[in-house]
This record gives sequence, structure tokens and C-alpha cells, in this order.
Amino acid sequence: MTQTIIQTSNLYLPTILIPLLPLLGFFINALFGKKLGHASGWIATAVLFGAFACSLFLFLNLPTGGSETITISNWFYFKNIFIPFAFLIDPLSITMLLVITGIGSLIHLYSIGYMHHDEGFSRFFSYLNLFIFFMLLLVMGNNYLIMFIGWEGVGLCSYLLIGFWFKNQAFNDAAKKAFIMNRIGDLGFIIGMFMMLFYFNSLNFDVVTIGALKLGMGNMTIIYITLFLFVGVMGKSAQLPLYTWLPDAMAGPTPVSALIHAATMVTAGIYMIARSNVLFSLAPHTLDVILIVGTATSLFAAVIGLKQNDIKKVLAYSTVSQLGLMFAALGMGAYESGMFHVVTHAFFKALLFLGAGSVIHAMGGEQDMRNMGGLGKFIKITFATFLIGTVAISGIPPFAGFFSKDEILATAFEHNKVIWGLLSFSSMLTAFYMFRLVYLTFSSSFRGTDEVKHHIHESPATMTMPLIILAACAIIAGFIGLPTIISHTHLFKNYLASVFAQSKLIMPAGHEMSHSMEWILVGTAVTLALVSIAFAYQKYVMQKHVPAADENVKGISKVVANKFYVDEIYNTVFVKPIMLLSDLFLVVVDKLIVDLLVHAIAFITNQIGRALRLLQTGHVGFYMFAMVISMIILLAVQIFVVI
Amino acid sequence: MENTIQAVPQNWYLLLSTFMFCIGVMGVLLRRNAIIILMCIELMLNAVNLLLVSFSSYAGNAEGQVFVFFIMVVAAAEVAVGLALLVSIYRNIASTDIDILSKMKW
Repeated sequence: MTQTIIQTSNLYLPTILIPLLPLLGFFINALFGKKLGHASGWIATAVLFGAFACSLFLFLNLPTGGSETITISNWFYFKNIFIPFAFLIDPLSITMLLVITGIGSLIHLYSIGYMHHDEGFSRFFSYLNLFIFFMLLLVMGNNYLIMFIGWEGVGLCSYLLIGFWFKNQAFNDAAKKAFIMNRIGDLGFIIGMFMMLFYFNSLNFDVVTIGALKLGMGNMTIIYITLFLFVGVMGKSAQLPLYTWLPDAMAGPTPVSALIHAATMVTAGIYMIARSNVLFSLAPHTLDVILIVGTATSLFAAVIGLKQNDIKKVLAYSTVSQLGLMFAALGMGAYESGMFHVVTHAFFKALLFLGAGSVIHAMGGEQDMRNMGGLGKFIKITFATFLIGTVAISGIPPFAGFFSKDEILATAFEHNKVIWGLLSFSSMLTAFYMFRLVYLTFSSSFRGTDEVKHHIHESPATMTMPLIILAACAIIAGFIGLPTIISHTHLFKNYLASVFAQSKLIMPAGHEMSHSMEWILVGTAVTLALVSIAFAYQKYVMQKHVPAADENVKGISKVVANKFYVDEIYNTVFVKPIMLLSDLFLVVVDKLIVDLLVHAIAFITNQIGRALRLLQTGHVGFYMFAMVISMIILLAVQIFVVI
Repeated sequence: MENTIQAVPQNWYLLLSTFMFCIGVMGVLLRRNAIIILMCIELMLNAVNLLLVSFSSYAGNAEGQVFVFFIMVVAAAEVAVGLALLVSIYRNIASTDIDILSKMKW
């Protein structure tokens, strides 16, 4: 591990400012939000741009391959365990910092326009700032405990923001679902941390890494630790079988979906695995599990995405699917490729969600694509930027998604042909349902009511500006990771090289693929994408096919449209038995045992009181008599009994 | 060790105190006028005070006598409260007979 010792003074201030600025924004908005009114949105956005500037400063000033630990305080000692409150600044955390603060500030800017008429305007921004603060803690901590604080904090903010419109009971349920699903995963994370404390006496990334290296390859301890960590990741990053909360999380305002449920929070799992890459590289079985889960999730979510009619639900399943793709990359040990896809995905998925938000804004809250259509004529900027995002996610060169996806597919081809086939198929489905979304929303003619049609308007500049910037990023972001057939300098890979150097030593490096083979792969991927786009065009533009109303869907389509009934299955298998059990406990333990005990005590006390109160006659003479007699008795006891 | 308290033998103090205390107890038990009862209670209190002073003197320790001063101060305050209560009772039932005062119950 190359630890470059450099002067701390020049990085200390920006490092602590990065999390502190959003925290400050949170306090200002939470305490004075009502008085500030719409200014609170601008304050929240300003602090984020400040944090972004600090992140840029770190990016420019940290020497290549260097890493620096910035200790704020010695948090606590316990026996031989020492946990510092320290931040680790290295290429990996800087990558995440740039994504979070960069995209975060654009989404804040967008929210000013999107939430303008909402009564909870300043509350919204205080939550967003708090979320960013926790997310930054998550990626900056130099040990698992600080990461865990952020991990839980973003879960809390996700809960608050999904249930932002808390007057709607369905939204509250979605928020609770997200929270509980995450809690299941977090239990895995906690167990993983305890095991690390037990075996390595530390939670610091570097100490744990050294300890793991001592244990060696394929050690059962490491396999257990990594499996438990992966359970935590499954919850946070919405992988099978804990993914069901993410589509429901679309109940929150659209900027929230863009920020939390597409660009940042759900990628925390990928960051965590990338951060503990040595551990995972030492546990090949865990990597296989990750690969299988990732591939299965990618395919499963893509299939469900084909039949969704809610514009945000399609994007949600697409996010789950793309996350699956990233995990497949991690499972093959291609950590840089996974991280690369995190970055490009953050750009184009945030763009797509914000674009969808702009569409919903124009439609006055309508989210069903069957009631849209022909919007391209009315909202040109949204349409253009949305199209760029769609092309990027579909993997058409030279847009961002192509490069990262191609890298993962190439790795998969070397690793296992079946996985490659499945992932390619999933990418093909992605291209299909994304263009289905675009055609249904933007082309042909308007299918909604005249009232809505009259209302359609382009969003204000605060909303279109972020769209344009993100669209530009979605076009060019891919160039930081050009494949070897085009250029030999993979900027992104080189930048992160120091982080994954250790893993590269452990894992057998794949042989360099021949250029002709890679050209064939690229050609196949692009052809598949183009074919499915053409198919979508033929179906939804030429034939003007519109998905049938919910009750007319039959057969296999119905199963897919109902998300394979996974929610219903979970309901039957987990929720109902637990409800039954709690009913049982209510009747047996609570009513029969606890209530009986409490009521019995109350009853006895009451009866004794009833008997004793007869002594209280109200005659003062009697009281005095009783007093004197009692004194005499006490005296007698004192003299004759005790001594 | 010549002083006025020790001019009298200690037994006599004991007898006097017991006598006074018994008068107080009997008064409390037998009389029905609340003012008399209050006076009897004071009598009991002062019987104990007297005993405390004599014992303190014979033991050659001044603490008991100092303590008695405190008791007297507190007793004065207590009498004020007791008399105030009596006035209040009298205003309500136009009597200080404790047998009429029979509402002090649940």
C-alpha cells in the first residue's frame, strides 16, 4: 500500500469543510427555513456548490496515487480497540465526492424549480442537505464505523424523503418499507463489523486489509465477513432479494429519486465493496455470489421494466438493473469497471430522472405514460436532454454508458461466456424499455385530456440548466475511460490504480484480449442495442402501440406487469406469518399473561384499600387515640422486642 | 460543676417530665376542645425538651441544650400553623369541638 506522506495543512481545511458545509446548510434550513422562504433553496444549493469546490480542490491537490488520512479526533478507545474519527482522502473517495457534490448541487438547483410550489419547500432542502452530509461521511470515513454512521444516516434521510408527502398513506408505507428492508441489510453490515472487530481488533480500512492479508486467500473468516457485508450491500443497493423497496421509493419527489435512488445512495454498496476490495478479492466464493446476484438482479429487473407504465417505475427498475450490472463487474473483480459505471450511471440516470421530473412537472403530476405521448413538440429541451440520457444508458457510442458498459461486458466475456450472454441480453432489454419509454412519452400524438394538454409547458431555467449540464456530462463522461482498442491510457483506471493495486496482486490478471475480439464484442453490443431500439421504434412509433389498461393485461405479460408478484410472495411468506405471530403474542402473552398480572396487582391493591379505608372514620379523637396507641406499641417494641 | 440544673437530682427531672408527658397524653385523649389539645401537645413537647436539657447538663455536653433552642424555634412556627388551622376550622364550623369535625376522611 503506497502511503504518501504529505503535508496535512493544505488539505485539512477543505476536507473538513466538505461535510461541514451541508451540515451547516441543514441547520440553517431546519431552524430558520420558515422565515427564509424560498431563499432556503438557494442557501442549500450554495453550500453544495461550496462542497463541490472543496472536492475539486482535493482532486487537484492530491498527488496521483497518494492517499491521506485526516484525523479530526481520537474518537474512542476500548481495551485494544481504537476508533479514530478520521477521513480518508484517496482517489476512490475523491471520485465519490465529486459525483455526490457535483450531481448533488445540480439536483439541488433543479429542486428549486421543481419544489417551488410545495409548502414543505425549506423542509425539503434541509433533508436534502442532511442527506448529502451523511453521504459524504459514508464515503470519507477511514473506518467502517464512520461509514456505518453515514450508511444509517442516508437510510434515515431516504425514509424522510420518500415519505416527504406524508399526508398520503401509501407514500408513508413506501417509506417504511424502504427503512425496514434496509434494516435487514444493515444487520448483516453490523455482524460483519463485529466479526472484523473480533478478528482484527480494528475497523480501520488499512488495518483490516493488513489483517485479512495475513489470514490469506480463501480463509473462511474472510468469506463470512464479506458475505455479511454483502447482505448489508444487498439492502442498500437494492439487489435480489432485497430490491423491492427501490421501485416503491419512487413515492418521493422526483429530485429525491434522482439524487438518492439513482445517483448516490444506492451506489454506496458498490463503494463499500470497492473500498474493501482486498477483503473481497481474498474471498473468491463471495465474489461468485456477488456475480450471480448481480447478474440475476440485472436480468430480473430489466424484464420487469419492460411492462411498467409509470415513467418513474421504469427508471427505478432500470436503476436496479444497472446496479446489478455494476455488482456483476465487482463480482468479476473488475472494481474499476464497476466504479466507472457508477460514475457514468450517476450522470445519465440523474439526467433521466430529472428529465422525467420535468415531464411530470409539465403534465401537472401525471406519471402514467399511457396518458402522455407527443410531448416532444411541447417541451423541446427536456426531450433533447432525455433522449441523450436514453442513448447513453442504451450503450450507443460515443455516449457515456457505452464505454462503461462495454468494459463490463468485455470483462464478462473473458470471465464466463454465460454471464456475458445474460448481461448482454439484459443490456438489450434496457435499450428496448428505455426507448419504449421515450417513444411512449415524446412521440406520436397526445393521449391525455385537453385540460392537461393546455397546461403543458417547458420547465423554468433552474430545472433546464441542470438537465443541459448533465446531458453534456452524459455525452463526454465516457471519455475518461476509453477502451484499449481506441486509446491505451484509461484515465479513470489509472486514477484509481493505487486503490486496487493490492487486489490486482492477489487476483490472477486476465490476459489481454485481442483487439479483433474486442471489436467484435463492441460490434455485437451496439448491434443488439440498435436492434432493440429498432424493434421499439417499429412497435411504438410505426404501429402506435399503446400498453393496454391494467385489467386487460393477460397471461405472462400480466405476471411481468405485476413484478412477478414478488411483493405478494414476500407478503405471504414473511409479512403475514409475522402478523399472525404478533396476533398470537397479543392474545397469549399480552392479554393472558401480562394483562392478567397487571390487573391482578391492581385488583388486590384496590381491595386492600377498600378494607383499610374503613379505619379512616373522620373522627379526630379516634385519630389521636390511634396515634397514642401506636406510639405506645412502638415504644413497647423498642424496649421489649428489639433489645 | 455547680449550676442551677444540677441543683436538682436527675430522678426528679425524670419524674416531672413523665408527669408532664402523661398530662399531655391524657389531655389529648380526653379533651374535645381543639385548643386544649394543641396546648397538651405543646406540653408533651416541652416535657421532652426538659428531659433533653437535664440529660445534656448531667452528661456535660452542651449539644442537647443547643438542640432544644432549635426545637423551641420550630415549635413556635408549628404553633403558628396549628393556630391558623384552628382559626380556619372555627370559621368553617363555628366551633372547636373535634367531635363535630368529622369530615377528615375519604
